[in-house]
Amino acid sequence: MNQLNQVVLIATGINTCGYIYDSGDGGPEGSDNVSEISSEILRRLEEFVCKDRKIGKGTERAMGGSLSSLLSGSLSLALCYVQKVFRSGAIHPQPRILCLQASPDGPEQYVAVMNAIFSAQRSMVPIDSCVVGVQHSAFLQQASYITGGIYLKPPQLDGLFQYLAAVFATDLHSRNFLQLPKPAGVDFRASCFCHKKTIDMGYVCSVCLSIFCQHHRKCSTCGSEFNQAPREPNSASETIRKA
Amino acid sequence: MAHGGDGGSGRKGDERTENEDEDDEEDEENGGRDLEAWERAYADERSWEDLQEDESGLLRPIDTKTIAHAQYRRRLLQRSVHGTSRIQKGLIRYLYVVIDLSRAASETDYHPSRMSVVAKCAGTFIREFFDQNPLSHVGLVTIKDGVSQCLTELGGCPDSQIKALMGKLECSGDASLQNALDLVHGYLSQVPSYGHREVLILYSALNTCDPGDIMETIKHCKKAKIRCSIVGLSAEIYICKHLCEETGGLYAVALDESHFKELLLEYAPPPPAIAEYAIANLIKMGFPQRGAEGAISICSCHREAKIGGGHTCPRCKARVCELPLECRICGLTLVSSPHLARSYHHLFPVTPFNEVSHTLPIRLQQKLPQNCFGCQQSLISHGMLFFFHMFCIWYVHVLSNVYISV
Repeated sequence: MNQLNQVVLIATGINTCGYIYDSGDGGPEGSDNVSEISSEILRRLEEFVCKDRKIGKGTERAMGGSLSSLLSGSLSLALCYVQKVFRSGAIHPQPRILCLQASPDGPEQYVAVMNAIFSAQRSMVPIDSCVVGVQHSAFLQQASYITGGIYLKPPQLDGLFQYLAAVFATDLHSRNFLQLPKPAGVDFRASCFCHKKTIDMGYVCSVCLSIFCQHHRKCSTCGSEFNQAPREPNSASETIRKA
Repeated sequence: MAHGGDGGSGRKGDERTENEDEDDEEDEENGGRDLEAWERAYADERSWEDLQEDESGLLRPIDTKTIAHAQYRRRLLQRSVHGTSRIQKGLIRYLYVVIDLSRAASETDYHPSRMSVVAKCAGTFIREFFDQNPLSHVGLVTIKDGVSQCLTELGGCPDSQIKALMGKLECSGDASLQNALDLVHGYLSQVPSYGHREVLILYSALNTCDPGDIMETIKHCKKAKIRCSIVGLSAEIYICKHLCEETGGLYAVALDESHFKELLLEYAPPPPAIAEYAIANLIKMGFPQRGAEGAISICSCHREAKIGGGHTCPRCKARVCELPLECRICGLTLVSSPHLARSYHHLFPVTPFNEVSHTLPIRLQQKLPQNCFGCQQSLISHGMLFFFHMFCIWYVHVLSNVYISV
């Protein structure tokens, strides 16, 4: 809550994502008038949705199934902007990213989202998540846990502004003194590549790190043959411990 | 009396002036040795030459970031040109870092001494190593008085290694390459066959005092498929070069502190795997769930009762504090999916892209967008800003392979 704070809005569509609003860009008259700014934002959002729909019409996507938004794209845009601020400014800001998401996770974006999360962790940018959709988002849970942000699924959507103001608007220093929603059971289990079911014990290929639920003769991802019988790795690790 | 007094005082005066002369001479001779490290920065290294004036007349240091970034990109380009097909990398690595604590390591050509610079850079290297290779193990070995000893055992967690490095380290005696290699060979032969065995030696000495035939040891290491790399601090030594060539490692000699750090950090990303060296195998791993917040249990790593948090081994249900870890009770390797995901960017490298020169003809310039898609900064004007957007495009490429319609 500071005059010097800066907000940037990025919209995520199904096929594209783009910048909607940047408070640092403010024209001479637009900086004080909130209603003007909000109508401008709404107008740009509608333009964005139309453009996104037009782009989506060309390609055939699964109709009727749950479509996911391009979370990886918008996280990348946000991180680019943060890097730009780090490189150009003399002041040291403490940036953070807030993701407001309603659509479900798209499993095809897993690698890209994880890369974005590790990049944010390295630059020390917390990713907060506010899930307003029907189900929990595993990607955002992991994102907030790894980067040190807050994950929240508000039980009452009527009071959304209250959640946003009380939980997400606080700066990083004040968060140490507040009772913020604690992460309840982040699911870090992996899913096997053959059946896509979540497993808590499995086999990992030592060459390409693909996860399987049963022992196979050959890795389906990299083609390496496992000609040795599953020798228990416990004996080797026990000898290391004893030595 | 007066004569004696005069003579005495005269003599004393002479002595005093003589002493002063001597002192002056000594000062001039010892100039290099008696100067403090901060003084040496001015006398020997001429640190004022690193400053530049910018447009408004204010001082700023030479922008080494752009130079460093250009070098990095050049290297990246070289790598991608040589390996347009995906090269198999050794992702599960068992690395021993051998630190030379012989008397050569107490030299002060690196401030404050070679040993402390090596310890500090090794600490940074270990953190970076675990960041890039979360499933790997690192151990530390020291060479001192011609004998090598294990400082820490192979472990998957950086904290114990860094704690050992920060402890008191003393230098003395000779360096023995053969003893270090024998010790490491003994430990690494117990490692599972799917792991890649590596040794990184940080060698300060100019010689090696060995009890036997070092060529035999090198042959043993080659047979045991251990890849030895050396970073030298003094000068190039034939035996180090021979060792690295025989075992398939890399040998480099550092010029100064920052070069040493740069060379060391090059060993952090996984190297290309030599096919015969590691047998592909399916490793049984567990993916533990995070425990409920209020549950009380005794953790197997610290052996004390802990409330909340922690992970439960899926096989033996023991509680562990942090991942990745090997369960102490049943020996199952416990990881979480982000640890595996950290290595994916080695498996799916960035596709190379072309830099567009900012001195384009006007008609092409009008077709291109005015602002960078990634960070919304203006693309027009001097090359410095354009360089930023190279970074933006590269960054976005790395993160999500988003198609940028430029």
